[in-house]
Amino acid sequence: MPILGGTGLSEAKSDNAFVEFERVQKSYDGENLVVKDLNLSMPKGEFLTMLGPSGSGKTTCLMMLAGFETATHGSIRLDGVSINNIPPHKRGIGMVFQNYALFPHMTVAENLSFPLEVRKIGKSDREEKVMRALGMVQMQDFAGRRPAQLSGGQQQRIALARALVFEPELVLMDEPLGALDKQLRETLQFEITNLAHELGITVVYVTHDQTEALTMSDRVAVFDDGRIQQLAPPDELYEAPQNSFVAQFIGENNTLEGVVQEIKGNTCIVKLDSGDVIDAIPVNVSKVGERTKVSIRPERVEFDKSRLSPDAHTLKAEVLEFIYMGDIFRTRLRVAGTDEFIIKTRNAPDQVRLTPGSQIEIGWLAEDCRALDA
Amino acid sequence: MAEQVLAADGTPLKASLNRALRRQKMRALLLIAPLLLFIMLTFIIPIGQMLFRSVENQIVGDTIPRTVEALDSWDHDADAVPPAPVFDALAQDLMVAVELKEHTRLGSRLNYEMSGISSLFRKSGRKVDDIGEVYTDQFVALDPAWEEPATWVGLLADPKWIAAREAWDGTGDEPAFIMSRAAKTVLPQTASIYADFARVIQTEDNDSPAEEEPWHVVYLALYNDLTANPSLEVTGPLSGLVSSAATAVPSFETEDVVATFEGFDDDWKNPEVWETIYTYSPAYTNGYFLNSVDLQKTNEGVAWQPENEQIYLTLFWRTMLMSMTITISCILLGYPVAWMLANLPARKANMLMILVLLPFWTSLLVRTSAWKVLLQNQGVINDLLVWIGFVADDNRLALINNATGTIIAMTHILLPFMILPLYSVMQTIPVTYLRAAKSLGATNWTAFWRVYFPQSVPGIGAGSILVFILSIGYYITPEIVGGTKGVFISNRIAYHISSSLNWGLAAALGAILLAIVLALYWAYDRIVGIDNVKLGG
Repeated sequence: MPILGGTGLSEAKSDNAFVEFERVQKSYDGENLVVKDLNLSMPKGEFLTMLGPSGSGKTTCLMMLAGFETATHGSIRLDGVSINNIPPHKRGIGMVFQNYALFPHMTVAENLSFPLEVRKIGKSDREEKVMRALGMVQMQDFAGRRPAQLSGGQQQRIALARALVFEPELVLMDEPLGALDKQLRETLQFEITNLAHELGITVVYVTHDQTEALTMSDRVAVFDDGRIQQLAPPDELYEAPQNSFVAQFIGENNTLEGVVQEIKGNTCIVKLDSGDVIDAIPVNVSKVGERTKVSIRPERVEFDKSRLSPDAHTLKAEVLEFIYMGDIFRTRLRVAGTDEFIIKTRNAPDQVRLTPGSQIEIGWLAEDCRALDA
Repeated sequence: MAEQVLAADGTPLKASLNRALRRQKMRALLLIAPLLLFIMLTFIIPIGQMLFRSVENQIVGDTIPRTVEALDSWDHDADAVPPAPVFDALAQDLMVAVELKEHTRLGSRLNYEMSGISSLFRKSGRKVDDIGEVYTDQFVALDPAWEEPATWVGLLADPKWIAAREAWDGTGDEPAFIMSRAAKTVLPQTASIYADFARVIQTEDNDSPAEEEPWHVVYLALYNDLTANPSLEVTGPLSGLVSSAATAVPSFETEDVVATFEGFDDDWKNPEVWETIYTYSPAYTNGYFLNSVDLQKTNEGVAWQPENEQIYLTLFWRTMLMSMTITISCILLGYPVAWMLANLPARKANMLMILVLLPFWTSLLVRTSAWKVLLQNQGVINDLLVWIGFVADDNRLALINNATGTIIAMTHILLPFMILPLYSVMQTIPVTYLRAAKSLGATNWTAFWRVYFPQSVPGIGAGSILVFILSIGYYITPEIVGGTKGVFISNRIAYHISSSLNWGLAAALGAILLAIVLALYWAYDRIVGIDNVKLGG
C-alpha cells in the first residue's frame, strides 16, 4: 500500500495502534533478560525515539521489530497482525543502519533499485521510483556513483532514500547519524523529521543522543535496564521526568538526597541529608519518612529573592565557579553538602554575574522541584 | 620561469628533498638486501641456469667438433650416410672423447633424441683406438723415426714450447703444449688432432707429448694431410722425413674408415643416426621444447611424435583439468567453512580455525600416506561403503592410484589455502549488509547471492589463484596416490631430473609450466583484476 505523500499523523487512530509490543521479553543466554516486559504501542505516523545508554535494550527492541532477533516471550504486532513468526524480508519495514550498510559493489542507483528488483517491479517503474527517492534527499546527481565515492552525509542520505524507496509504512533507524559530525547531524536531523512528516511514515528511531531524541521525536521512550523508564513527548520528558534515572539522563539536572518530611496534597517538604528543608512536588514518593532524590533543572533555580514566593524555603549556597558560555552563564555552587550544584542563567543585559566565593541564597518554585525515587 | 625554491641552507629545495629521500630509499634497500641476496643466490640464479638448460646444446659441438664441421658439407636430404671424411673426423673426435671419457655423456644426450645412440657410442668408443693403425705401421716401416715422440714434437711443436720445456725444472706441471703456426697451415688435420693429443696426455695422463707415441688417428690425419697436399713444404731438419713420406703416401695401403665404423656397429649405416647428430649439432636447440609438446625435429622439419610416444600434451592437459577440479572442489568445500569461521562467535571460530590449521602442522607426507590408507581398495572408506551397503564387496570403488585419488587427497591438502583468504575477506564483510538486504525485502538466498557473494569474490579469486598455482606444480601427493592415471606434469619433470637425467627436457617442461602459470595470472588480471584479490583487510 503506497503511502508516499499519503496519510499524516492526524489520520492515525490512537485506539488502533500501528506498532505494538506486548509483554515482550528477550534473553540471549537464558539467564539474563536484556528486555524485560516491554509494552509499547505507537499510532500510525508517529516518530518515536528509543533513547537510552548502551546496553539498555533499545537496539534489541529495534532488531526484534525488524525481525533480526526473535522475542523470547510476548508478541509484537504490526497493524494488528502478529509478526513474531514473519521473516524480516516479508515484514516490509524500511531500515537505516548505523554504518549505512550501502552495498559497496553497487552504484547508488543499483542500491536503491535493489529492494524494487526483489519485489519484481518493472524496469521503468523502478527507475522512476529510484529518481523520486533520490530527489527526496537531493541526491539525483549521484545515481551513478559508488558508495565509497560519497561522503558520510551523502551515504546516509542514500541509505535513507533506499529505506524509503519501496514505500514502507514503518521505517526503523538505528543510530543513523552516529558517525557524522555535529553540524551535518543537525542538518540531517531536520531533514529526516521533515521527510518523515511529509511522507506520513511511522518511524522508530534509536539513539543514545538525547538532543537528537528531543528535537526529532513525537514521543521518546527512555530505556534503561531492559525497561522503558518513561514514554512521553519531549517537553514532558524534560520537565516532568517520572523517575530519577530519566531526570538525570535527559538534560542537565541537580540532584539532592533526603527524606520526605511532610506531604500536603500537591506539595511535600523534604529534609535533605544536610539538614536543610526544601519544597517539592511528590512524584515517586507516597509516604512520610521515605528516602527520595529531588531533581531541579539548573535553569529553574532562582537566586533573586524577589522572584520567589515569600514563604518558599531557601538554601544557602557558595559560588564555586562561574563559566561564561556565550548564550548562558553556568555557575557551579556548593549547596547542601554537594559541590556539583549547577545553575544556568540567560545572558541578558541585566543579568547578575555571580563571583566565585560569594555567599548567596537560592530557591525555586515547588512545582519545579520533583521528589523522585531514591 | 618560476624562481627556484631554496632550502634553509641555500641549496635548491628539490635537490635537498631528493637527497633526503635517497637516504630513506637506501636504508630501505639495505633492510631487504640480505633477503634479496639470499633469493638471488638460492633461487633466481639456479632457476635461471636450470631454465637455460632447456635450450642449451653445446655438448655435441664441444665433444665432436670436427664431425660437426665435416657434416656441414653433407647433403643430409640424400638419405645416405655421410662421406668418408666425416667418418675420419668422427674417428678423431671419438678418440679424444674416449680419452676424456666424454663420449658416453654425448651418447646419453643423443639417446634422448634417438634411442640406441648411447650404446652405439659406448661400443664404438671401446674400439676407436685401433683406427689408423694401418697408417702407423706403414709410416714406421717407411722410417722408424715416425715412431719417435721427438719426431712429432720437432715437427709440430712451437719453438717457444721446446724452449720453455727445456727451461722447466721438472717440478709441477709441464708447460702446456703450443702448436707451431707453420704446422697449422701445412698439416691442418694433423696439427688439430695432435694438439688434442698433447692436451689429453698432459692433463689426463700427466705425461709429456715428448715421451708418448701419438694415437693411430694422428697417423690417419697425417696420411690425410699428405694425400690432400702432396707438394707441401716443410722447412728445418725434418723436411726430408716429411717429403719422403709425402712421396711414399700414394702407394700406401688404405683403411676404409667407413667400413671400420660399420664393423663396430651396423647402426653407423643408418642415415637416421647421422640425421640426429646433424640436427642436434648447433649450440642451441628448440628440440627440448618441441619434445615437451610431443613434437620432434625431423628431416622434413617439425612433426608429431609417434602416437605411442605422445604423453606431454596429455599430461599438461590433465594437470590443468585436475587442478581446475581441485580448485572448484576447494571452493565448494571451503566457502561454507570460511563463512562459519567468519560468522561464529569468537570462541567457536577459534576452535574451528585450529581444526582448519591442523593439517598445516602435520607433515604433507603423513597426510598423503594417511589418504593412501583410507582410500585403498581394502581401506577404511571402501570398508565403510561396503558396510552401509553402498557398494558391493566384490565391486569396491577404485579410489586410489588414479585421478580420483589425486583429486581427493589434494583437495584436502590444499583446502586451507582456500579457506584462509576466503575467511579473511569474509571477516571484513559486516553482517549488517545481509540484514540490510533482508530488510529491503530480499530472501536469504537473494541477500546472499546479490549482496554477500559479490563481496566475497575477491577472496574466492585469491584462494583460487593460490590453490590452482600450487596444485599445477604439485608433486608428492600425485606421486603417492596418483598411480599412472593421476600423475601431474611435475611428476614427469621429477622423473627427467632424477631418473632419465634428461635435464634439458625437464627444464623445458618446467619453463612451459611457468609460462602457463604466468599466462593464467595475466589472464586473471585482465578478467578479474589483480586489485580485486584480497588476502585480507
